[in-house]
Amino acid sequence: MPQNDLMARSIPTSRCTPQEETSMNQHSMTVRGKDRYKSGVMEYKKMGYWEPDYEPKDTDIIALFRVTPQDGVDPIEASAAVAGESSTATWTVVWTDRLTAAEKYRAKCYRVDPVPNSPGQYFAYIAYDLDLFENGSIANLSASIIGNVFGFKPLKALRLEDMRLPVAYVKTFQGPATGIVVERERMDKFGRPLLGATVKPKLGLSGRNYGRVVYEALKGGLDFTKDDENINSQPFMHWRERFLYCMEAVNKAQAASGEIKGTYLNVTAGTMEDMYERAEFAKELGSVIIMIDLVIGYTAIQSMAKWARRNDMILHLHRAGHSTYTRQRSHGVSFRVIAKWMRLAGVDHIHAGTVVGKLEGDPATTRGYYDVCREDFNPTRLEHGVFFDQHWASLNRLMPVASGGIHAGQMHQLLDHLGEDVILQFGGGTIGHPMGIQAGATANRVALEAMILARNEGRDYLHEGPEILAKAAETCTPLKSALEVWKNVTFNYESTDMPDYVPTPSVAM
Amino acid sequence: MRITQGCFSFLPDLTDEQISRQVQYCLEKGWAVNIEFTDDPHPRNNFWEMWGLPMFDLRDAAGVLMELTECRKVYGDRYIRLSAFDSSHGWESVRLSFIVNRPKDEPGFRLDRHEVAGRNIRYTTTPYAADRPEGRRYGGL
Repeated sequence: MPQNDLMARSIPTSRCTPQEETSMNQHSMTVRGKDRYKSGVMEYKKMGYWEPDYEPKDTDIIALFRVTPQDGVDPIEASAAVAGESSTATWTVVWTDRLTAAEKYRAKCYRVDPVPNSPGQYFAYIAYDLDLFENGSIANLSASIIGNVFGFKPLKALRLEDMRLPVAYVKTFQGPATGIVVERERMDKFGRPLLGATVKPKLGLSGRNYGRVVYEALKGGLDFTKDDENINSQPFMHWRERFLYCMEAVNKAQAASGEIKGTYLNVTAGTMEDMYERAEFAKELGSVIIMIDLVIGYTAIQSMAKWARRNDMILHLHRAGHSTYTRQRSHGVSFRVIAKWMRLAGVDHIHAGTVVGKLEGDPATTRGYYDVCREDFNPTRLEHGVFFDQHWASLNRLMPVASGGIHAGQMHQLLDHLGEDVILQFGGGTIGHPMGIQAGATANRVALEAMILARNEGRDYLHEGPEILAKAAETCTPLKSALEVWKNVTFNYESTDMPDYVPTPSVAM
Repeated sequence: MRITQGCFSFLPDLTDEQISRQVQYCLEKGWAVNIEFTDDPHPRNNFWEMWGLPMFDLRDAAGVLMELTECRKVYGDRYIRLSAFDSSHGWESVRLSFIVNRPKDEPGFRLDRHEVAGRNIRYTTTPYAADRPEGRRYGGL
């Protein structure tokens, strides 16, 4: 399918047998005419929320749900109910439907497939007319799609797996305030991942001590340091103290290195007014970047994204709290949907997994998230959990951030899994260095530059990675020491969320 | 001090052989490589002087290396960097940039502190070398 064909549409294929599919998807059961509006209760699948013949329009928003009906509940009825409750339906027939163009406003479940290897679970494809949504509002989009249905009694569990956002809707959003290209231009950093570290311990440091960590890490060679999600304004360090000391550290490190440096000043607060006040102060101090937490809510995020665009500020998002609803495979909202919403909402950075670090992240699924953040067009890739073709219509790219349990010795794997447009954040891997924070930062920077140099030279850096690092360590004691301390640290646990489809090897023709 | 702008400043200075391999990587990506020089390495000095135009349609890194040699003959006392431009849609910007020549002595930057209201301080970064006129910094000829 040509990448530049905006009208291109792809309907994913599943692995269930053709018989199974046909038997599930063949009949419309919609009751029409006068009988449709007789008072009383009617099955959702008869009310027009199950339309297997419906062909989604290019302007429709499509949602893919993983539906787990209660025992004995017909999967088609359960899926139709999800369509109904996420659009126009209520539990009984209402005559007031007849005052509206009701057929247009009904979300239409047009396809239900059994989930491969998961008895009792079904993928329900539901199309929503564009007129059901307000322009440029994640709050409205999410209130519709996930607002009501997740507690619905006939379902054991429900998960929003993916969404296809039509270009017509994408264009109503600002998108990332800065974007990867402009961020790189402003930071004057090209051709390599950016490096960061979260200041540790995350709680308890005074402003002055906190600024010390920032200075050491930036002077040692990092591009960014970062406040943690719960560093706001506490008794041990009020926010203005942190901002003032951090900006002294940033400026000193800039002068010491001749490079642009930044520190994500977390402006998360209890009210929008407080957040704006903190953001304004960050700007006044000359910071290039501020930070917010996902828990402030979609509307607050969009407001801060608009503020960031108006004030030449990069906007970092920490996805605090997401695992409460993204991690379990059967219930909640997939992170790939959250990533899509956040690209629309307009943040510039989003934590999207490390694959090799301490936090959840199957490689194929993580690849899917990274593609959602960084590409202008995402083709359907079931093996990465990407169910739809998605055109971003030149919306800015969103820089993914890899953070949590990573260290210099994994540099070749990180580069291989995550690519070049990513921020690698080594918190413990910088601050926990035996020779100090500056040395930790230098170790990471040298490891990174050596790996990029080798990759560009055409070397098989993934396999030769350990050699490349060992060679670079010959002229860099801090790297040598980092490789020694963390040589055996890996986090190998079973992922709880991974794609349902795996590529089947086929014989080349 | 050592200015660490660019992609490879934390590594030992690249040899011409190493520079050539990086240039070849850029050319194979279809990027145009540009030579730029300056004696004002302020971190926010974006516009270094151009040594000619970006070398479009070049196939062989040797062409860039020849130009670099010429540039070094004239401006060997200054910073010289290579930048590679990607004209593809959605990027249309620099994709790789690294320093390939430095002054013998890098004096670095002065950080001026201007104390203003409250605890706030306004910081200004100034290259020590910029105290002298352009062309006569870094003990220039």
